[in-house]
Amino acid sequence: MGGNFRWKLLSLIVLLGLSVYALYPTVRYYTMSEGDRAAMPAEELEALRNDALNLGLDLQGGMHLVLELDRTGMQAGEVRDAMERAIQILRNRVDRFGVAEPTIQPQGEDRIVVELPGLLDRQRALNLIGQTALLEFKLVKEGADASRALERVDRAIAEARRAQSAAEPDSDGVEFIHPLIDLMPFYPDMPLGAAFIPAPDLAEAESLLASVDVDSILPIDAQLQWGATPENYQGYTGRLLYVLDRKAQMTGAGVSNAIRRIGLDPARPNVAGVSFTLNAEGARRFRRVTGSNVGRLLAIVLDNKVVSAPRIADRIPQGRGQITGNFSDQEAKDLAIVLQAGALPAPISIIQEMTVGPSLGADSIRMGMQAVAIGASLVVLFMLVYYHASGLIAVFALVLNMIFLMAALAGMRATLTLPGIAGMALTIGMAVDANVLIFERIREEMRAGKKVRSAIDAGYHRAFSAIFDSNVTTLISAGVLWWIASGPIQGFATTLFIGILANLYTAVMFSRMIYDVVASRTDMETLSI
Amino acid sequence: MFKILPETHIDFMGRRRWFFGLSILVTLIGVASFIAHGGFRQGIDFAGGRLIEFSFSQPVGIDQLRAAASQAGYAQAEIQPAKGRNVALFRIAEIRSAEQRGGEVSISEKITNALRQSIPGLQVELLREESVGAKVGAEIRSQAFWAILVSMGLLLLYIAFRFEFRFGLGAVIATIHDVIMTLTLFSLLDREITMPIIAALLTLAGYSINDTIVVYDRIREQMVRLRREPYEQVLNQSINQTLSRTLLTGLSSIFASAALLLFGGEVIRDFALAMTFGIIVGTYSSIFVASALVLELRKAAEARAVAA
Repeated sequence: MGGNFRWKLLSLIVLLGLSVYALYPTVRYYTMSEGDRAAMPAEELEALRNDALNLGLDLQGGMHLVLELDRTGMQAGEVRDAMERAIQILRNRVDRFGVAEPTIQPQGEDRIVVELPGLLDRQRALNLIGQTALLEFKLVKEGADASRALERVDRAIAEARRAQSAAEPDSDGVEFIHPLIDLMPFYPDMPLGAAFIPAPDLAEAESLLASVDVDSILPIDAQLQWGATPENYQGYTGRLLYVLDRKAQMTGAGVSNAIRRIGLDPARPNVAGVSFTLNAEGARRFRRVTGSNVGRLLAIVLDNKVVSAPRIADRIPQGRGQITGNFSDQEAKDLAIVLQAGALPAPISIIQEMTVGPSLGADSIRMGMQAVAIGASLVVLFMLVYYHASGLIAVFALVLNMIFLMAALAGMRATLTLPGIAGMALTIGMAVDANVLIFERIREEMRAGKKVRSAIDAGYHRAFSAIFDSNVTTLISAGVLWWIASGPIQGFATTLFIGILANLYTAVMFSRMIYDVVASRTDMETLSI
Repeated sequence: MFKILPETHIDFMGRRRWFFGLSILVTLIGVASFIAHGGFRQGIDFAGGRLIEFSFSQPVGIDQLRAAASQAGYAQAEIQPAKGRNVALFRIAEIRSAEQRGGEVSISEKITNALRQSIPGLQVELLREESVGAKVGAEIRSQAFWAILVSMGLLLLYIAFRFEFRFGLGAVIATIHDVIMTLTLFSLLDREITMPIIAALLTLAGYSINDTIVVYDRIREQMVRLRREPYEQVLNQSINQTLSRTLLTGLSSIFASAALLLFGGEVIRDFALAMTFGIIVGTYSSIFVASALVLELRKAAEARAVAA
């Protein structure tokens, strides 16, 4: 036990100290009762949680989304701006949604990763995040203007169908005169300011409209837009098809505040709606638009669907308005949130999702930890039966390895995932390999007639190159996996990587120290191995 | 001293043709199974699609599940009720573009509503939902491909650097052998290949090479000591001397991964299956295949040298 040993001991003490320091918040946070947590000041609890080992979404439940921004028609620079704005707006929306610790990060050029831990209401989150929330105010075309537009589309669809059936020789020769208008039972009456199509014919109408290029057929200043929710009219349920001015009179960019209100519509006193306030610029616009169009219908269009189309009774001077429709309470609340947070600069699509319910997450932790415990017990038992006292040294090394592994994960702010737990189990199984190599070598040297001390020396010395080379190869695999994979699998690679590094220290250096202490005290004749 | 094996003197090299034959036979079975199944079953993370898992407060019949899926507009959904538990898994191959937009009522919501309507009082809990768009699926596929290629390349380089090139080649071929065996098992069982399975394959590649290296390390040591012995003798001795270690390490690793397989829960079952099986074949190939390959490579090189 020379100076060398003192350095080794010092390194062990330092590493253990660092580990305890890194693990303390984790142990404290996860052993606190609900009452203790409630009693702690919010900021202190937050700080503690930040320092504690993070559980992945697959363990605590939650939602992981990858969003892609629709960059059609954007230059590279515009994409960057749009991404920044989109992230800002999503952050605003999610903050108001009330999730603890959301993460919203760009990924690559046009993707955004959103993580919402512990979330329960998936549908609501999708609505809040996925909506573009582009709010527009457009005048509704009524009477002759509207009829002319609808008939033009109708004619174009009929022609397209005729051309198609002429091309197919074995068609039954049915004449298509008014394919679209035939689906509108009240036409030319336009109840509620738009054409009414009963629910059973909706799919047919949609496919007819999709079969031609409606925008190029309509007059340049007109467009067709569906109503957002089903309407009831004279015993029918169906949807409204509006003819609107193509140009928006104003957009939701002028909204400064929006809140949910009950009973905005006197006809439906219990139904929720949203009342909004406009900023100065928006209010000026609104005043002008309402003033010069008294008597007309003004459609409130959200993401290309008409939410409602109230008639302008009078000039609205004070820049306040309301949106009513078939909203549930929750929907009205969320609509207010997205209006206030603002519209996304471009539509986004959800290209990847992983949602884990909290009960599955809890199951995964329980079963994963159980598997680790059972696996570890078997390995420990095996080492003790096979190597006796030396096996005990290997077990100590294993325990130390686990402490280092958890400490490193906590200290690096890494996330523990279910595959990460699997990585822990495998680390336990593979970590004893280094000690097996050493012990087998010591046995061999003793068989060859060496004394205990020199057998130990030779065992460590000769086994080292095999231990080193074989661990490096596993590190290479884990490193490549870490580099290429993402999410839970990356958690697996992290755990495996750190586990192997820690193992090189504990199985080689630490176990040697114990031998040094034990074998130096007595002039050993026999070794329990 | 408790020992798993007495000192052994098995002639591994003399019987190497048998082991090669066995490995080739299993590989052929794997190829046949691959063709018979029309390729591997790809998980949604590779192929794209949607996976929804529910748990229910009472048993729900397959007919009711199917009816609910049709009502939601997905009559062709693949439905797997779990045995013995009130859990069902829906798999949908196609993701319609409207579903990638927020603000639409999602499929899982539609299925839930349909089930609640048809079975009054039923409680439905969403356990998990995963969806992967076709484009992302293609990206994950290429990630998996590169991960395997890059790690095999790096392992080959490292061993060639630390040993001889011949050893690097032998170890990498033995590892590819283990990966093929594991893939064969998955093809025979018709299990899905997913990103976690790729992670398991990479880990077992690292493990198998690790196992092989211990034998190679002994060969490296013995070649210096036993210069005059025939090459086959050196290889045989080295494998025999490291045999108990190889088996011990394999056993302790199997304890850990079998515990995952049996007690780790359904989410990581396939991952644990790949690991457990991989450790078994990895141990087999380190003993029976890897060193024999080095011998063959050396013989081939000698034959070429003689011919020249």
